[in-house]
Amino acid sequence: MAEVLVYVDHVDGAVRKPTLELLTLARRVGEPVAVALGNGAADTAATLAEHGAVKVLTHDASEYADYLVVPKVDALQAAVEAVSPAAVLVPSSAEGKEIAARLALRIGSGIITDAVDLEAGDEGPVATQSVFAASFTTKSRVSKGTPVITVKPNSAAVEAAPAAGAVEALAVSFSAAATGTKVTGRTPRESTGRPELTEAAIVVSGGRGVNGAENFAIIEALADSLGAAVGASRAAVDAGWYPHTNQVGQTGKSVSPQLYIASGISGAIQHRAGMQTSKTIVAINKDAEAPIFDLVDYGVVGDLFDVVPALTEEIKTRKG
Amino acid sequence: MSLRIVVTVKYVPDATGDRHFADDLTVDRDDVDGLLSELDEYAVEQALQISENSDDDVEITVLTVGPEDAKDALRKALSMGADKAIHVEDDDLHGTDALGTSLVLAKAIEKAGYDLVISGMASTDGTMGVVPALLAERLGVPQVTLLSEVSVEDGTVKGRRDGDAASEQLEASLPAVVSVTDQSGEARYPSFKGIMAAKKKPVQSWDLSDLDIEAEEVGLEGAYTVVDAAAERPARTAGTIVKDEGEGGKQLAEFLASQKFI
Ligand SMILES: Cc1cc2nc3c(=O)[nH]c(=O)nc-3n(C[C@H](O)[C@H](O)[C@H](O)COP(=O)(O)OP(=O)(O)OC[C@H]3O[C@@H](n4cnc5c(N)ncnc54)[C@H](O)[C@@H]3O)c2cc1C
Ligand SMILES: Nc1ncnc2c1ncn2[C@@H]1O[C@H](COP(=O)(O)O)[C@@H](O)[C@H]1O
Repeated sequence: MAEVLVYVDHVDGAVRKPTLELLTLARRVGEPVAVALGNGAADTAATLAEHGAVKVLTHDASEYADYLVVPKVDALQAAVEAVSPAAVLVPSSAEGKEIAARLALRIGSGIITDAVDLEAGDEGPVATQSVFAASFTTKSRVSKGTPVITVKPNSAAVEAAPAAGAVEALAVSFSAAATGTKVTGRTPRESTGRPELTEAAIVVSGGRGVNGAENFAIIEALADSLGAAVGASRAAVDAGWYPHTNQVGQTGKSVSPQLYIASGISGAIQHRAGMQTSKTIVAINKDAEAPIFDLVDYGVVGDLFDVVPALTEEIKTRKG
Repeated sequence: MSLRIVVTVKYVPDATGDRHFADDLTVDRDDVDGLLSELDEYAVEQALQISENSDDDVEITVLTVGPEDAKDALRKALSMGADKAIHVEDDDLHGTDALGTSLVLAKAIEKAGYDLVISGMASTDGTMGVVPALLAERLGVPQVTLLSEVSVEDGTVKGRRDGDAASEQLEASLPAVVSVTDQSGEARYPSFKGIMAAKKKPVQSWDLSDLDIEAEEVGLEGAYTVVDAAAERPARTAGTIVKDEGEGGKQLAEFLASQKFI
């Protein structure tokens, strides 16, 4: 069976969930060969093997942390040349898309970004995409070269599928462009202890209606009662009430959880672009005419300062 | 010293309009009003700020690849304060994908001459966010992308990139390709004076032959990807909406329990 390269997103050897989802999709089109780069690359192997990687190509060098994007493109290109895969799958983060695009250009291939599903087809893998703020679903494929496809988080289930996961060193020689953009400082994002926004099964978001940074405690309490991640609309972020890293929407994160709860959010098209593919949508808004109600499975017309705390209490009681 | 900035701006269908596909599965650009992509206004704004904060002689050229109407996007950028504009327009461009667009932009940027390219973080219609990285690859210059803060001094561009796992400080020498996010600072509104001045600013038109690009390299034919189907997402079945009369929280909890979330 043809091999499929999977680019591994990991933090010091801890594999992030979207990569495991990619392994599930990769197995539909071939045998997954993972490519893990940078600090802790080899530590990813056990997890990747459990989820279907037949091989794990690893390489560590200081360039991956010291320079932007290009060293990773060089390495992935080396992997493509070593393996001649049937496709290359990359997680759809901002960086993942940039790496994938430059790789595609170099190897003379087409690129599809932000796929939400992937199947094998007669003429290569067929990607499903959700476009125009999720109002359309398209099926596309790459018609020239080795398909390079980036896949959004929560597009497939993580499945156990034990495979060999043999670690092999990848030989990489960096291009002249690799050291073009220096990373002169790095401040890691502080962990909140809550699930990662894009990976969470439940997301609880607050908007302008939350009316103040201090009031976000109400949203956080609801999130914690459900083990959820916290999101925010751009209005709430622009007002300085919640960090930009938590923004949901076109210029924030795109989320696709099992359950999305929007409080005090009107449902502007740019917000919908980031949450419309959520499986179940719930909204609390005091304006019965708010467009968010067009999307909901369940909506409560009311004041979030009454409804949200009551909901949190009830959840806690039920959970005992 | 002089600094030549090229800002790439896209003319896109209004996101609040009813966007859809044409029969050949390309984005329909006829039925919905177009405008300068809001995310590219941030790129124009940063170019203007770099110019205002610089002792150098800065010239800002705005560049678009798009149909006839795309001139509107250029006019808007000119009225914000850019100096001149280039419009690449050719019937053979219809259906061009991101790889093709980056080819046309790169050739046009080289022909125009540049020290710094500034792009938006993503177009509001395609939302791929890959063109700036592709431009850097094609032009063979550093990629300094997704900046929420940017400055240029002594031939060096610096900026802050707020990534998924960390916030990074970046640095590269010019020439370089930069992209800026909507966190980089609100874009200014064109003033009346700016709108009047824009009418007199030069807009050059180039076609593919001006850029030595063959028709087969772009358009639907040159595309590296094929859209086989596009379907409108079925409308969500109308949900249950209740008015909170004191029991809203409880009712919602009941719903969540029925769906096994609690
Ligand atoms: C290029 C571009 C990109 C954008 N990207 C994004 C993005 O990524 N994410 C994003 O979210 N937005 C984005 N926006 C902004 C978007 O257009 C909206 O302005 C924004 O989503 C509005 O946020 P909101 O719903 O919180 O605020 P509003 O639209 O002001 O809505 C607030 C809602 O809260 C309700 N409310 C008020 N008080 C209460 C209360 N006590 N109880 C219950 N309900 C209450 C109101 O009835 C109202 O419906 C973008 C815009 C542009 C132009
Ligand atoms: N047709 C175009 N003309 C000019 N600039 C473009 C065009 N397409 C994309 N760009 C630029 O590339 C950025 C990212 O676009 P995209 O990769 O399509 O999301 C945009 O914000 C623009 O700055």
